[in-house]
Amino acid sequence: MASRPISEMGLPKSIANVFAARSIKTAKDALSLTEFDLMELADMGLAEVTSALAHISERVSPPYQTALSLLEQRIQNEQLAGHLPTGLKGLDEALFGGIPFGVITELVGPAGIGKTQFCLKLSLLASLPTRHGGLDAQVIYIDVESKFSSKRLIEIGAQSFPEIFYTRGMAQEQMAGRILVLRPASLAEFTESLQQIKLLLLERRVKLLVIDSMAALTSGEFEHGASKINPLGWHISFLKSVGELSRIPIVVTNQVRSQSSDDTWRYNFQVGTRHRDLEDTSKYDSQLIAALGIHWAHAVTIRLILETISGERFIKVAKSPMSPALAFPFSITSSGISLLNDDGIEVVGQEISTIHCDGHSEIIHSDTLQFHRQ
Amino acid sequence: MEVGRLPISAALKGKLVSAGYTSLSLLSSLSPSHLARDLNISENEALDILKHAPHDGRIDTSGGHHIISGAQTAWDMLHEEELLTRITTSSVDIDNILGGGISCREVTEIGGVPGIGKTQLGIQLAVNVQLPVHCGGLGGKAIYIDTEGSFMVERVLQIAEACWDDMLANNAISQNVHAGQVGMQPKDFLENILYFRVCSYTEQIALINYLDKFISEHRDVKIVVVDSITFHFRQDFEDMALRTRLLSGMALKLMKLAKKFCLAVVLLNQVTTKYAEGSFQLTLALGDSWSHACTNRIILYWNGNERYAYIDKSPSLRSASAPYAVTARGIRNNVSNCKRIKLM
Repeated sequence: MASRPISEMGLPKSIANVFAARSIKTAKDALSLTEFDLMELADMGLAEVTSALAHISERVSPPYQTALSLLEQRIQNEQLAGHLPTGLKGLDEALFGGIPFGVITELVGPAGIGKTQFCLKLSLLASLPTRHGGLDAQVIYIDVESKFSSKRLIEIGAQSFPEIFYTRGMAQEQMAGRILVLRPASLAEFTESLQQIKLLLLERRVKLLVIDSMAALTSGEFEHGASKINPLGWHISFLKSVGELSRIPIVVTNQVRSQSSDDTWRYNFQVGTRHRDLEDTSKYDSQLIAALGIHWAHAVTIRLILETISGERFIKVAKSPMSPALAFPFSITSSGISLLNDDGIEVVGQEISTIHCDGHSEIIHSDTLQFHRQ
Repeated sequence: MEVGRLPISAALKGKLVSAGYTSLSLLSSLSPSHLARDLNISENEALDILKHAPHDGRIDTSGGHHIISGAQTAWDMLHEEELLTRITTSSVDIDNILGGGISCREVTEIGGVPGIGKTQLGIQLAVNVQLPVHCGGLGGKAIYIDTEGSFMVERVLQIAEACWDDMLANNAISQNVHAGQVGMQPKDFLENILYFRVCSYTEQIALINYLDKFISEHRDVKIVVVDSITFHFRQDFEDMALRTRLLSGMALKLMKLAKKFCLAVVLLNQVTTKYAEGSFQLTLALGDSWSHACTNRIILYWNGNERYAYIDKSPSLRSASAPYAVTARGIRNNVSNCKRIKLM
């Protein structure tokens, strides 16, 4: 819409010609100037400029819809009104049906907690036929850290849906054949693949996009606080707009890093604990925050935090426009991830955005049986 | 007033100056044909220029004060302000610090960290504006401009249903209620929210320009929520000066809309980090020049385990904080020691 040429807008000929002569070719060019700039540039009076801008604005503005028609459209056209069920009952209920279409869902947590396992399970679920709760479509899996394991994928499939995978011999090839794995070696390659993916998405053959992991694309290049321009800025907008246009779920994993003294979660009018925390540097190593900064945190619509507290793993809905913050204990099994409790524990306050990690001292110093048992 | 500031084209300005007319007072006693001959332009163009010249002896009786056109006495404004109703936020504590709720004819900015409830508050206001006046609304429609894609229709339905339940419960108690007002179903609330999805800053500017015409055709719109005003201006803007110009242009237009159509404009903003007083601190995004653009500013933040709203800037309200909660029913008062709230 922004790059629509002025010549197609139906402006009076004289005005269109003047604009073209001054290299105002697209709507974006015209709207990026203030009225006085345009008057100066095009040598026209205020009334003319205002009416030309009003005309262009009307053509470029997106159309509106009532919220009701939006709802009805989704109920009618999309499976479960626009959700991909994860198979985890408590989580699906909290998310009104599953991973929502059209927005970015982020999985963040320390290494080894199960983010890739979750992604593998989701990819499998999306490739299943609709009568088994899937989207009956292809999946694009962008595997930045080379963690995708087809063997594990088949194992999850066989354990979760034995009836499909054993009775129909072709099933394995069919399901696994729908998952396209990309391994970009750099941010530039990733950018290029995104453009190609957009075409596939618009053709409606791909119905899930998984990026594992987003943070690995910029590791080392992105310095917190130093540069103003976020190298992933364009990608975030692109993903969001493409996701919405094609109404597919986008699942992205993110890493964690320890909190440095530069980070802050307080406003300058909030008094009290700030000074004390800054001096207590021993706290920093144990406090983890999600990578990619606050701009990314705003951009994702749903944030699921995976963490360990005292040996138990939890998946927590930390940010969601439609659910309270609930944490569900889970475990990793041969059939992927399963919840140990579907009710969820409510989480309040700062706990919602904290990420807990137990560290390895238990393993290194342990002589209990739990780590040796298999 | 200098000729250079007239709203006419540059070529005409050039001709005026080279003919010796450097200030408007020199034009005041000229006739259009004389000026046209002098400058070698058409009579219509000369008329255009002379419209802006001051004419002695002409009294402007078209509204406004008799001394300065367009002015209003503070006494008249006071009466106008008292008649303005406000939109409730559904949390009595927040309504109290706001003097009753979000006010019309003003631009209110609401900012906070991700996940604090900005979109929730935006949706709650879009639903509440539709309530009848005695319930805290304005009986009007809402325009919701979504730049981030965080508008989840299922959640809007959930909030609308809770609102409808509350209205039913209240009407059962109060006696002076017209029969027709209880007839609104939850889905009717959704029908009165006009949703726009904006995908780039060009579309955002275009839409805000277009709103003038749109709202004159949809006069029952009483609130415009932009969620969020920041998103498209945070990336790929190398020219910061351009960004500031565009943002201030947008702010002025929104302010004009609010005043012209007597509606409330609510802008949701994100946070960013800024280096101040020796450390990085949180502040609302879009820079210092933007912070002057809004009339009122509310910051949402965490205090321990509770959410708080703080009035950071207001011409008439005192700085105060109030706790609130985001529940399955929407924004509500914070009930301390509340038991586990479970989704139905």
